[in-house]
Amino acid sequence: MQQSDDQIINNATDGEYKYGFVSDIETDIIPKGISEEVVRLISRKKGEPEWLLEFRLKAFRYWQTLTQPDWAQLDIPPIDYQAISYYAAPKQTKAPESLDEVDPELLKTFDRLGIPLHEQKMLSGMAVDAVMDSVSVKTTHREKLAELGIIFCSFSEAVKDYPELVRKYLGKVVPYTDNFFAALNSAVFSDGSFVYIPKGVRCPMELSTYFRINAAGTGQFERTLIVADDDAYVSYLEGCTAPQRDENQLHAAIVEIICEERAEVKYSTVQNWYSGDSEGRGGVYNFVTKRGLCRGDNSRLSWTQVETGSAITWKYPGCVLKGDNSVGEFYSVAVTKNRQQADTGTKMIHLGRNTRSTIVSKGISAGYSQNSYRGLVKVAPDATGARNHTQCDSLLLGSNCGAHTFPYVDVLNPTAVVEHEATTSKISEEQLFYCNQRGIPTEEAVGLIVNGYAKEVMNKLPMEFAVEAQRLLQITLEGSVG
Amino acid sequence: MNKDILLHVENLHAGIEGKEILKGINLTIRPGEVHAIMGPNGSGKSTLSSVLAGNPAFTVTEGTATFHGLDLLSLSPEDRSHEGLFLSFQYPVEIPGVSMVNFMRAAINAKRKYFHEEPLSAGDFLKLMRQKRAVVELDNKLASRSVNEGFSGGEKKRNEIFQMAMLEPRLSILDETDSGLDIDALRIVSEGVNRLKSKDNATIVITHYQRLLDYIKPDFVHVLYKGRIVRSAGPELALELEERGYDWIKQEIDEK
Repeated sequence: MQQSDDQIINNATDGEYKYGFVSDIETDIIPKGISEEVVRLISRKKGEPEWLLEFRLKAFRYWQTLTQPDWAQLDIPPIDYQAISYYAAPKQTKAPESLDEVDPELLKTFDRLGIPLHEQKMLSGMAVDAVMDSVSVKTTHREKLAELGIIFCSFSEAVKDYPELVRKYLGKVVPYTDNFFAALNSAVFSDGSFVYIPKGVRCPMELSTYFRINAAGTGQFERTLIVADDDAYVSYLEGCTAPQRDENQLHAAIVEIICEERAEVKYSTVQNWYSGDSEGRGGVYNFVTKRGLCRGDNSRLSWTQVETGSAITWKYPGCVLKGDNSVGEFYSVAVTKNRQQADTGTKMIHLGRNTRSTIVSKGISAGYSQNSYRGLVKVAPDATGARNHTQCDSLLLGSNCGAHTFPYVDVLNPTAVVEHEATTSKISEEQLFYCNQRGIPTEEAVGLIVNGYAKEVMNKLPMEFAVEAQRLLQITLEGSVG
Repeated sequence: MNKDILLHVENLHAGIEGKEILKGINLTIRPGEVHAIMGPNGSGKSTLSSVLAGNPAFTVTEGTATFHGLDLLSLSPEDRSHEGLFLSFQYPVEIPGVSMVNFMRAAINAKRKYFHEEPLSAGDFLKLMRQKRAVVELDNKLASRSVNEGFSGGEKKRNEIFQMAMLEPRLSILDETDSGLDIDALRIVSEGVNRLKSKDNATIVITHYQRLLDYIKPDFVHVLYKGRIVRSAGPELALELEERGYDWIKQEIDEK
């Protein structure tokens, strides 16, 4: 029985990656390798002010003193940082004034990914910033948002148009000294999105950035900065895909979020970078630092992530709950199959009084993959009345995969209440047979059961994303069962 | 093959993990009939229902089963379902997070796909749900909850009959549907089953007790003992078993 069960699971998790195509776009790509010269070159190409170059150089010098961390439950093959090109941009002589000036091949790429950049074709409720390799291609709905004082543009444009805002917030939540990959990103980051929601404004539509790696042999190092001023609200979505290649590609991003008094930010990710083939060849290394600072009292930050892609994921979106009564949330579904490895979780740092955090993590492992939850809940001495509830579930499909849980709890205030619940389960043969008896084939049954298992998290996604994410879970696990 | 025969089982041998449980079952069922299969615990009643429904935990070692002309044993469990075989489980399985609506919709549309029909629209589907819910007086709230999760024993069994109503099977096998039911639930479930009865479909009622057969009247009663049907007769056999227990049959067989 055991064997047939495993076969079942294997067939159902063996789905094809449908975003694996390569676009034929002329690319401006700099020679491989990293040095102060390269950092200066990137800064020059982007026409950056002196202070930003200084920031990059400081980060680069610091990075040189560091070694890649090895504490995660990950087996990372050696990465030759000199064999990567740190800047690749679709060739375009000048910034496009309108969509007509954008390379049609580029538009086609995003159309194929289901991200139409033609405004009239857009889902009415969403504005998109499309980033290909190192640069932002197009941001939609900007004028409409500008009427409300909302800034939504590429990071490079923000540096040019709103240098004071960028300078005020850049590196304040994730300093370049934070970790190895954060230092690297701070040195060579290329583009990303910048969002500013002014005081008292509720952003009327979902803001979304779509990241696409296209060029070969390059890394993607984007940087996102979101600032929600007092009483502001925004819901932000991030999606990612990459072509299918035999070599590994490095993606080391930073996301920084700041919530001022009573501000609320919801950040959702559907991460579907290419995960490598069934033997574990190729795939993206996804080493990401995401953190938000609830600086204001009564502010609120919520991370929701559906992680299905990448060969290796190293990612811990966190909340620093500094303001009194601030709230941090983390809802995660991480799916690994074949030879994928994920070490992901969150950090909830309680500094203010009566701060609350909720962690719901759902790991799903199939094939020969390894899936780890790693989370830190820290309650500082002054965080009187802090509360945390953590629920950490693992679902195993098959018997060759692994699920691991590494919860760290560090409580320095006696009034804190910290709870941790964990479960591990398998899809039972009884469940599959029950579905089969009602006419539901096994693959579809696994999809249903997995989606049911992940529902608590999926429900947190904005409507536009939820359906896609559900389908993604189903497709990702196709072939895992049979 | 006689067209009037819905299910024909001949010399069926089956077991689990190398242990033979069914040792030569013969059974013929025609449309419109209700068959009760009774017998002491461990006689193989639930194994028979599992094997007919295609539970992969069991292995068929010998014999044939023909379901309206099709070789039943060569069909996958889901195709047996599409072809009209329904099993009401003794222990319905919980599927956390999957709403009854989504579950039934997947089931109905899988069946429609099998017959090359378009999926049912959301509106039509909900209408069908409403209609069929009435058969077993199933609360709307239950239909929106996760499959069997947190259902009481009676709710689970009602939910099974509701699914039976939705799928309109040709042959329903009710495996110990009466177990864990109080008298009201028993009545509701039985009335549901009776309402779904027609001249074109048939029912196998597997039960340990006569009690259920007061509500669902069988045309034939079979006694299963040690993996064989040792006695078949009309409904009067059930009453006799109720009165005298199984011991006299056991004795007769064991003496042989």
